[in-house]
Amino acid sequence: MSLSIGLTINGQPRTVALDDPRVTLLDLLRERLDLTGTKKGCDRGQCGACTVLVDGRRINSCLALAASLDGATVTTIEGLADGEALHPVQAAFIEHDGFQCGFCTPGQIMSAIGLIAEGHAGDDPERIRELMSGNICRCGAYQGITEAVLEAQKTLAERNRRDAA
Amino acid sequence: MNKHASPNLKAAKIAGGVHTDQRHDSAHKHVAGTAVYIDDMPEPAGTLHVGIGLSSVAHGKLKSVDLSAVRSAPGVVDVLTHADVPGENDVSPSGMHDDPVFAEGKVQFHGQPIFAVIAETREQGRSAARLAKIEYEELPGIFDIWNLDPEKDKQVTTPLTLTRGDAAAAIAAAPHRIKNRMKLGGQDHFYLEGQVSLAIPGEDDEVIVYCSTQGPSETQHLVAHVLGVPSHAVTVEVRRMGGGFGGKETQANQCAAIAAIAAKKHGRAVKIRLDRDEDMTATGKRHDFAIDYEVGFDDEGNILGVDFMFALNAGFSADLSGPVGDRALFHCDNAYFYPHVHAKSAPLYTNTVSNTAFRGFGGPQGMVGAERVIDEVAFAVGKDPLEIRKLNFYDPMGAEGERNVTPYHQKVEDNIIHRIVAELAESADYAGRRRTIDAFNANSRFIKRGMALTPVKFGISFTKTESNQAGALVHVYNDGSVHMNHGGTEMGQGLHLKVAQVVAEEFQIDLDRVKITATTTAKVPNTAPTAASSGADLNGMAAQDAARQIRKRLTDFAAEKYQVPTDQVVFLPNRVRIGNQEIGFNELVKQAYLNRIQLSAAGFYKTPKIHWDRAKGRGHAFYYYAYGAACSEVSIDTLTGEYVVERTDILHDTGRSLNRAIDIGQVEGGFIQGMGWLTTEELVWDDKGRLRTHAPSTYKIPLASDRPKIFNVALTDWSQAYEPTIHRSKAVGEPPLPHGMSVLHALSDAVASVADHKICPRLDAPATPERVLMAVERLKAEAAGK
Repeated sequence: MSLSIGLTINGQPRTVALDDPRVTLLDLLRERLDLTGTKKGCDRGQCGACTVLVDGRRINSCLALAASLDGATVTTIEGLADGEALHPVQAAFIEHDGFQCGFCTPGQIMSAIGLIAEGHAGDDPERIRELMSGNICRCGAYQGITEAVLEAQKTLAERNRRDAA
Repeated sequence: MNKHASPNLKAAKIAGGVHTDQRHDSAHKHVAGTAVYIDDMPEPAGTLHVGIGLSSVAHGKLKSVDLSAVRSAPGVVDVLTHADVPGENDVSPSGMHDDPVFAEGKVQFHGQPIFAVIAETREQGRSAARLAKIEYEELPGIFDIWNLDPEKDKQVTTPLTLTRGDAAAAIAAAPHRIKNRMKLGGQDHFYLEGQVSLAIPGEDDEVIVYCSTQGPSETQHLVAHVLGVPSHAVTVEVRRMGGGFGGKETQANQCAAIAAIAAKKHGRAVKIRLDRDEDMTATGKRHDFAIDYEVGFDDEGNILGVDFMFALNAGFSADLSGPVGDRALFHCDNAYFYPHVHAKSAPLYTNTVSNTAFRGFGGPQGMVGAERVIDEVAFAVGKDPLEIRKLNFYDPMGAEGERNVTPYHQKVEDNIIHRIVAELAESADYAGRRRTIDAFNANSRFIKRGMALTPVKFGISFTKTESNQAGALVHVYNDGSVHMNHGGTEMGQGLHLKVAQVVAEEFQIDLDRVKITATTTAKVPNTAPTAASSGADLNGMAAQDAARQIRKRLTDFAAEKYQVPTDQVVFLPNRVRIGNQEIGFNELVKQAYLNRIQLSAAGFYKTPKIHWDRAKGRGHAFYYYAYGAACSEVSIDTLTGEYVVERTDILHDTGRSLNRAIDIGQVEGGFIQGMGWLTTEELVWDDKGRLRTHAPSTYKIPLASDRPKIFNVALTDWSQAYEPTIHRSKAVGEPPLPHGMSVLHALSDAVASVADHKICPRLDAPATPERVLMAVERLKAEAAGK
């Protein structure tokens, strides 16, 4: 049995034939679509390295069956930058040294974008740390990660205000 | 013209030299998702994948191994066992021949690899591995060292003894004596990127292994040993790791070997990537310890004599347990002078996975023992532990006294701990907050606060003398761009960046003119693993040596061509002044090339001064020491044992830092990892020897939300390395990890408050909420006289 689904990945409509209905979104991205920016840390939804946005919400892609996502819009780390211009969250992670080894970074950034979009973090660093606690950074770069999220949130809020004006 | 082709020839300073804050060289790639880790590399056509078959008992004879169902499973190409190893079935890093690639005849821990399935896909390999029918004759197993006898029970390698003075006599004669025991847990590395290797077969006996390893040379040598080929047939390469922390110093070798065997046997590329459960079950961790201590002291709290036994859980094989035990002894003094000391290690055999290197390499365990002794003395004499710490410090640098000799007879010549502790106590307002905390506790029935300030002195150098050497390879191409390679590996610590800064500084060219390249055994041979915090110290020096050779050739060439003395050839930012004229660096290089000047050099460095006689327990084991101190405040809930780290202040010494931005990250991260080790990270084995905490669901690594609410980290801005290290900087990888001790001792202080600070809580680690609660209950009961 072969199953075919339609997905919009990083703005591109894709039709994907699934050779196995059990394929996770993570394996689909990494192994079949060559989008290796999304990382596999634990493969059981506990480390957050595989976080992507599905229809704007952050999810662990290792726990999502690709077959269940027909018609969904998926954004991965590769889909954030606008040409040379980094997304404000990406730029803030560089600015605040929000990483060391970099392996958890794509997941942290996707999670931060999801969190900011959820709109209930406010500017309380403690609340941000709580709401980012699904993403493990074993290097312990949490100081920089928190600062990066705070700054990016501000940048995005200003941009939204300008756009609205 | 590319955008980097026109360096600023009028610059007052180069962009990106030493002692400047530079961003990680891969920063842009990390945030863009384009940094390539081994599992991200495009796979060659026909790549095969590995599923691994692990032992389901902890100790037993292999009665029969029936792999027929595995072989006939879909997609399976081959199944490898010990019989398929062409060379030696051994990846022991210590030459003890006790680390089989595949178990043969017996298994010695639950999760030991017995076979590997080579299949068309990873899923097929992993599914097929489950079909093995293995019969064991189970044998009794040892899973914990707590009840072993460190003098009599089986050890995996020779222990170490350090003796200075007569500890037994000093303790016997002391006005006060305390003898006790401490339990100290291990730690899983949980590098976010698990063990992974991709082997690509070459012509004849050749193979290239892309391996997430901290020790490419050792991986190369062991793969050659396993394949039965000379080392020259094997190339090991790694651009970056997704974390290492010591867990890829020796533990990468087994996967590399399995991939290489399969690749050579089938003439196809083979990739192995352990699943997280397999990784946590089948690879070694930080050693858990049982620490026996006896201390003699006077009424003031001066330590007069100490006797330690550091028993460590080696697991089933030696691996690095001998040197890890050694380093525990080397740090059983932390920053304290012991007038008389006797300390022994006991690397004990158990039927658990073979424990290995982990950031600090036994050093933190030694320091935790020292700090427990300090706590005991402080409670016995009724003083703040910080007073006892200060009382027992080694003499400061430059003092005339005698209190500066370590248990291994090395003189401490660069001690700056007094100033660090004084500055931190001031900036963290230790005294004022102590009063505030006492007042808080007096008025709070269930929530209690605690605080502790703990010092760190960490010895820098491999104690294995031959590891203290490094090589580098530097090419200057005829357009003036530079290619840099050295033996160190990048695992997030910014090593490549620091070494590139050193090279840029030597040539006085902007950092972006220096290309960082993947570590490979084909460019720099016989290198030490990137471990012992030595990466920048060793490789920075080797790269500087290579750059200096080339710079000297350029200087000599310019002097001759322009007919000036060599001292009139001066390297200025992106240009060279020759006599009265200046020409661009690129132009000089081009002229040198046209005049057939060699523009490539191999650099080399070996650490001077160090020597170590293990049999005698004497020597100058460390080139220098790195220092620091941390002050943490916690609050605990005495009804549940739950706690919060309210605030941590750290002052840490990295000498004249090569890159303070990178070093601050290392200090923050090291502290958090150390805090995790001593608080929430608990490894649990059941009575069958099975690890029950083999995923982050049950093994609790610090999260963003576990970080101290207030977290102030600073580097000393006045210190410099006492010895001529690379630009007088100091190593930074491991020394900050033991700052986590400040949290353990702050918890202990909070627990002590329930008994009016009269009883030493003897809080063991990891101090999980359960342990904190038990300690609270115990102290309450003792205080009530029950």
